[in-house]
Amino acid sequence: MSIDRRSFLFGASGIAALTIAGCGGVRQQTSPTASSGAGSVTTQGFGKPDDVGQARIDAFKKAHPNITVRINEGDFDPQQFLSSVASGNPSDLVYLERGLIGTYAAKGALQPLDDLISELDIDTEQYRGPAMRQVTVDDKVYGIPEFYNTRNILINGKAMREAGLSPQDLSTTDWNKLHANAAKLYQAKGAKISRIGFDPKLPEFLPLWAKANGADLVNSDGSPNLDDPKTAEALAFAYSLISEQGGWSKFKAFRDTWDIFGAGNAFVKNQAVAFPWEGWYVNVLVQASPNLDLQSVPFTDRQGKPISFCDGSAWALPKGAKNAKAAVQWMKTMTATETWMQAGAARAATVAKNKSMFTGLWTANVEADHQVQDKYVKPSGRAGFDQAVSHYYASTETAFAVNSSKAGSEIKTAWTDAVNRVLAGRQAPEQAMRQAQSEASKAYSALK
Amino acid sequence: MTKTLTDKSIERAARSAAGRQPAGPRRNWREIRAAYGFLSPWIIGFVVFTTAPMLISLYLSFTDYDQINAPNYVGTQNYQQLMSDPKVALALKNTLIYAVMYVPAAMAVALGLAMVLNRVGRAAGFFRTVFYLPVMTPTVAAAALFLLLLNGQKGLINRSLMLIGVHGPNWTTDSAWIKPGLALTMLWGLGGTVVIYLAALQQVPKDLYEAAQLDGAGSFNRFRRITLPMISGALFFTMIVLTINSLQMFDQAYTMFFGGQQQSTYANDAALFYVIYLFQQAFGVLHMGYASALAWLLFGIILLITAVQVRLSKRFVYYEGDR
Repeated sequence: MSIDRRSFLFGASGIAALTIAGCGGVRQQTSPTASSGAGSVTTQGFGKPDDVGQARIDAFKKAHPNITVRINEGDFDPQQFLSSVASGNPSDLVYLERGLIGTYAAKGALQPLDDLISELDIDTEQYRGPAMRQVTVDDKVYGIPEFYNTRNILINGKAMREAGLSPQDLSTTDWNKLHANAAKLYQAKGAKISRIGFDPKLPEFLPLWAKANGADLVNSDGSPNLDDPKTAEALAFAYSLISEQGGWSKFKAFRDTWDIFGAGNAFVKNQAVAFPWEGWYVNVLVQASPNLDLQSVPFTDRQGKPISFCDGSAWALPKGAKNAKAAVQWMKTMTATETWMQAGAARAATVAKNKSMFTGLWTANVEADHQVQDKYVKPSGRAGFDQAVSHYYASTETAFAVNSSKAGSEIKTAWTDAVNRVLAGRQAPEQAMRQAQSEASKAYSALK
Repeated sequence: MTKTLTDKSIERAARSAAGRQPAGPRRNWREIRAAYGFLSPWIIGFVVFTTAPMLISLYLSFTDYDQINAPNYVGTQNYQQLMSDPKVALALKNTLIYAVMYVPAAMAVALGLAMVLNRVGRAAGFFRTVFYLPVMTPTVAAAALFLLLLNGQKGLINRSLMLIGVHGPNWTTDSAWIKPGLALTMLWGLGGTVVIYLAALQQVPKDLYEAAQLDGAGSFNRFRRITLPMISGALFFTMIVLTINSLQMFDQAYTMFFGGQQQSTYANDAALFYVIYLFQQAFGVLHMGYASALAWLLFGIILLITAVQVRLSKRFVYYEGDR
């Protein structure tokens, strides 16, 4: 076999060209009209849109035919996002948890939106206060909030009644009573758990338990407040519920066997009696098990006042986004009241088709939520589900968000790790939270 | 030794007398160019995707870098920090414990399977394929599958253990059992090691066994005195590779205990392996400079462990060309 020099050079050049082309990224050429709010926008992290998402995409396309939208399906991936920003080749929009905004804003991975909010005349007053505070860092707005998840306690009515209890017996106002009733509802056969009485949902709901006991995990200035004795006390109580019900390793292993989204969910199979959960789960339950005897009570603080912990998603503008104006136009349209109403219509059609019930959209737009509720949320004949929906609507008015911080990710990692150390039996709550405070303070100081 | 030198001296003298250099193969430049042409994709790939990133990472390990802003030189600060970071110590401890559990277990199981395969007659090809098939399964899929199998309350493994009266542990949620559970999961993908051992076993001369048998050696003695020494090269190679893989454990542990929002929330410290912590530092909290220092520490540890293994191997490994 022989290869002459010309063939070799041609082959090698071809390979080099292919290599370079392969590394060239996927971003489309930005059109010359991009800066004027036309052209194309690419999203990252929006996932695969459901009926509510698709209706809003359609609404945007109809309202802005001069802007081409490319939805990159898939959940938010920090590695993908940061790599794209670092390489100067980001998407025009990124869709992420609001809790991450502070960290990314502090690093300069996101652009402030204030100028474009002003130019495009976006009324930020329409969004819920806790959601706006989560996307605001150093008085600059870095995101437009979209959904708004709150928590209440959902109850397996049949199991509760069989135990001779009422929904109020599973209220979080009286911790001693809750502890006793959780133990009463818990069932096990030998080393195998067959039913959890009350799942406090640790570590993720620690902010809610801490708030119920009068403590915030993050101060209003963004500094960590993890070693508040009230937080340690709340963690100790929530952990005691788990200890009383088999201990963490069995408790978690049993919970991992639940079919969360199916017809054989934990309530239907009598594997759980009560737990706090986000509002969207009512929609899952009514579709998966419409005949379920669902009961609910608001999550309350120890004085009996309803409280809820909220979080949700937001749209943000990555550093280096080429078509900022069109991107912010997208944010405006996707979260506008009239767009949510179109999404409500789409969901109502889905509900009618499935002969199900409308359980709310839970948006960060106050007016949109009111209008959607007025127009589409009607008594369904399933009293328990209707009551749960009304509890979630009520909790949108009383919910709090963990305060925004430049070290938001580090603080969350610190308290999550602390709770996991407690659950694993490695540390006592006070010790774990002290260590968490030390770790979080260090990270916060470094970013100050 | 003296004889050898003398022979070489004579040879040199003879060549000198003949007035010409030793006849070597003529260099065919055309073929050499063609070879480099075909090698060029790999060479380019190695330089662009391995050497360059390594050098960049070495530089970044001396900087404070968050991937967004320009790196800021901080000297050896990152290396000092990792010496006092309790999570580094924890992650290293977890990783080393796992390696100590997994490597011997993997070698023993793979060797056992290879010896069984070596005895199979007709259907050897079929069984080789069957044992190798798990290697083709995506690691994420296998990890997700084992999360179900290993579930302490309803998993198939504990149900099977119950049949013989054993109450299995909570493999995926009990800190004490997470690493053994993960080692068990990793045994799933041993097909490659089995194939290497099988090839080594088939190279052992049969006459050695026949001679030993005539001398009255039992099966255990034949295994100990003949099989193990004769395949020690393969054993050594796989020990090095499995050790390095264990120290770089990421995919399965991340999928099972950290992947996705849900698992990440419940992450157990017992599953915090070194590369997972490195990944968290790089992409979770954007400490890329620190993560680079972590990577170089791991590189040093692997280099050290491999050097020790190579050194020890000289006493235990037999190569056919050795005297």
